[in-house]
Amino acid sequence: MNNMSPTHEMTKQEMTNAADSLPAMRGEKVNVFYGAKQALFGVDLDIGRHQVTSLIGPSGCGKSTFLRSLNRMNDTIDGCRVEGKIWLGAQDVYDRSIDVVELRARVGMVFQKPNPFPKSIYENVAYGPRIHGLARNKADLDELVVSSIRRAGLWNEVKDRLTEPGTGLSGGQQQRLCIARAIATQPDVLLMDEPCSALDPIATAVIEELIDELREKFTIVIVTHSMQQAARVSQKTAFFHLGKLIEEGRTEDIFTNPKHQQTQDYITGRIG
Amino acid sequence: MPTNLSEHIVSSYEDELTALQSAISEMGGMVEQAITDSVMVLLRLDHAQAAEVRQADKRIDEMQQQINDMAVSIIARRQPMAADLRMVVTSIQVANDLERTGDMAKQLAKRALQIESLGLAPKFYNGVKHMADLVARQLKAALDAYAARNAQAAVEVCNHDDEVDAMHTSLFRELLTYMMEDPRNITQCTHLLFCTKSLERVGDHATNIAEAAYYLETGRHLAAEDQQRKNN
Repeated sequence: MNNMSPTHEMTKQEMTNAADSLPAMRGEKVNVFYGAKQALFGVDLDIGRHQVTSLIGPSGCGKSTFLRSLNRMNDTIDGCRVEGKIWLGAQDVYDRSIDVVELRARVGMVFQKPNPFPKSIYENVAYGPRIHGLARNKADLDELVVSSIRRAGLWNEVKDRLTEPGTGLSGGQQQRLCIARAIATQPDVLLMDEPCSALDPIATAVIEELIDELREKFTIVIVTHSMQQAARVSQKTAFFHLGKLIEEGRTEDIFTNPKHQQTQDYITGRIG
Repeated sequence: MPTNLSEHIVSSYEDELTALQSAISEMGGMVEQAITDSVMVLLRLDHAQAAEVRQADKRIDEMQQQINDMAVSIIARRQPMAADLRMVVTSIQVANDLERTGDMAKQLAKRALQIESLGLAPKFYNGVKHMADLVARQLKAALDAYAARNAQAAVEVCNHDDEVDAMHTSLFRELLTYMMEDPRNITQCTHLLFCTKSLERVGDHATNIAEAAYYLETGRHLAAEDQQRKNN
């Protein structure tokens, strides 16, 4: 496979191909501390491209901490320290030269509770592209807003009321608006922290269907307390326990034949 | 693959899984008894016992229905995962194999009544009796492997299935010899040939149950692994 001589210079195409063959994101020996307390212990995890990776585990196991370290949301917490490497393609996320705002545009996030800005539906989605200068003119911006709302499966429900406040939508619609907002900056990766925990089963099903569609264009990492949801939406599952990554693998394997006792105990609902 | 299962946090879930496991054991016991009884019917031509075997088959069928209902209910309400999921799914498979085995017992008993008037000499039966004993042992070993979740014991059951097949072939030859010796034996021996065929099928069901036991414990398919070993 490796036929490149040392003197061979990589063409731009080859570099792109090389970047494509890397996982979308990769954690290497990630330790996270909150002050003196260590929350993550040496986590190694690859996030595959165009896959949904679900992070599961009991409360306090470190799954949200890991998720938040992927786009440096932990930076905002006093006393939080991250060791090890987190790669976005070939880029070190914690490198000094990284612009965190730009990083978060490339690694977007959707939270547990829908949190639209107290602005119009249109403005909610237009905000990101505008501050990141992704649209050259109004027509560009309009197109980006519409395509993002469409992609978030919300278009038919809001096309006649784009100027109304986003906070006036139902919970499930608000969450899809937040997804539209996150994908409007055309990220590589979308992080979702319990995106359905505040939604009813129908709204949850709509979001899950959406996640499956979004996977074509984006890489998705989802933290969920619902194992059934992890089993339904993800191709890869990682199980965390007490700050350690216990087991990761194909979702099918994890839920039918996990290798570790702790994984088995957790997913079958037994006392560990 | 984790084997030691501690208790579920939800004790009613634990109770349901235990009840399912017990139902399989109970049905297994019923079917073992049916096979033993039907062979006795064949050897002794006991009418009363033949009727019992037929009655027992009805109860076995009901038991299968009951196990299916329990399994479906657990899947619907509990969404079992991992080893629990394998337990529930294999319980449906095993109940199905047991039901079919029960049918074989019923057929043996029915055929015994047809043979009755023929007055067979004991030498004809010896081979059939041996085969029945072997098959009954296989069935018991398979059910034990399933109940104990013992993958090694399950593999042994599968390995012994060749013996059942070999015995079937040799009995076929033996009965054929009797037929050639004296054409008046043909009717009786043909009946017995059908009996050996039924017993051979019971052996196959025992193998299926052993394979289910292997999957239950390891999460892997024994037949596929065997094939892979042969290919390598």
